[in-house]
Amino acid sequence: MTDDPMMNALPGSTKQKAGNQLDEQIHLTAVDEFLAWGKENSLFYLLFATACCGIELMQAGGPRYDLDRLGMIPRATPRQSDLMIIAGTITHKMAERVRLIYQQMTEPRWVVSMGSCANSGGPFSKWSYSVLNGIDKYIPVDIYIPGCPPRPEALIDGVYALRERVRRYRTLGVRETVPHIVASADAAFGCHFGKGGSKQPEEPKA
Amino acid sequence: MSALSFAELCERVHARWPAVEAKRSDNGQPFLLVPATELVALVQWLRSDRELRFDALSDLTGYDLMKYPATPPSDAIAVVYVLFSYVQKHKLMLRVLAPRAACVVPSVSFLWPAALYFEREVWDLLGVHFDGHPTLLRIMTPQDWVGHPLRKDYIYPSEYHGVPHLREGQHFEHVPQREGDAVKAAPTAPAAPAKGAPPA
Repeated sequence: MTDDPMMNALPGSTKQKAGNQLDEQIHLTAVDEFLAWGKENSLFYLLFATACCGIELMQAGGPRYDLDRLGMIPRATPRQSDLMIIAGTITHKMAERVRLIYQQMTEPRWVVSMGSCANSGGPFSKWSYSVLNGIDKYIPVDIYIPGCPPRPEALIDGVYALRERVRRYRTLGVRETVPHIVASADAAFGCHFGKGGSKQPEEPKA
Repeated sequence: MSALSFAELCERVHARWPAVEAKRSDNGQPFLLVPATELVALVQWLRSDRELRFDALSDLTGYDLMKYPATPPSDAIAVVYVLFSYVQKHKLMLRVLAPRAACVVPSVSFLWPAALYFEREVWDLLGVHFDGHPTLLRIMTPQDWVGHPLRKDYIYPSEYHGVPHLREGQHFEHVPQREGDAVKAAPTAPAAPAKGAPPA
C-alpha cells in the first residue's frame, strides 16, 4: 500500500493487502477510468484571451490562485491544449479564427465560455453591429461561467465543474454534450468554497 | 522661428487659397474647411513651406454630419486632418466635406505614409473613398462586410456567414434611423433573419 495520496485517489483502484512486495507496486483499475483520471489532472489550457476576462484568467494562473495546482498549464499552441477558455468579447471576425483554433486542438477537447460576452454578447448584445452574441454559435461549449468579468474563484469553480465532466468522459464511449452553467450567485460573489458565505443570497422564509 | 497661432496660419493660407474658410467647432476648436478639390495642393504647400513645415499627420479621422445637432442639416461625411509641425511646434486642423452619395476625397498618403492606415479605417467605417490610396481595403471589419458601420444610416446586420447576429429574444436598441423616418428593420440578408429581429 502506497502513501502517495494521488495514487490512492485513483478511481476504482483495488487496495492490496500489505505484505507482498509486488502488490505494493500494482494498482488495478479500468483503462477508461485511468485515462480519464490522467486527463482530469492535466487539463492544459490554451493561452488565448480577447478582453478583460483575460486579465482574470491571468490572475487565476498567477501565484495567488495558481491553476498549476490543478495540473493546468498554459500552452501556447492549440496542438498541445485540451481546454480552450474563451475569455472575452468575440466579434464575428474573431469567431472564425476561434473556430479555426478549436479545430486545430486534438480530441478530446473542451471549451469553457468565460464571462458575459462569450456567453451571450454581454453589454454589447443590443448595441453592437460586430460582436457575436455567444461563442456557442460557432463551437460547442461545455461550461458557461457568468460574470463581467468572473472572478478567478468563479473560473476555478467552472474548472471544477469541467473536471467532473472530464472524469465522466469515456474514451471508448460517448461524451456529454449538454452544457453546464455555473451557478450565478456563487460565481458572481466568489463564495463557492464552503457554504454559508456572507454574500450568499438568503432563502426567503415562507 | 516660433509657433504660429491659428490666426496667423489663417492669414497665410487665405493669401493663397481664398476658398478655404476658417471656422470653429461647437466646443470652440478652430479649423479650416477645405474644398476637396484644393486639398492636395494645400497640404503639399503646408508641408513644404519653410514657415509652416507641417511634417507630421497627427490624426486623420472622420464623422457623419447627419443629425449632428449644431450643424445645419447636411448629408455630408466630414474627414478631419490634424497636422503638426515638429520643427515649428504649431498645429492645424483641416476638415473636408464629402457628399454622402459620391464620397470621394483625394488621398494624402503620398505625403504622409501614416495616412495609409488612417484612410483605410475611415473607408472601412465611414465609406469615404480615398482617391490615390494604393491599397484601400477594410481594416477593422472583415473584407466581405456589408456597409460602413459608423454612418448614421447604417443598417445593422442580421447575420454574418449564416450565423445569426442576435440570440433568441434579443433585439437591437437604438437602431440607427433618419429623423422622421420609420424604423428600417429590413434585414440585409433575407435567407436567415435573426429570430429576435427588431420589430418593424
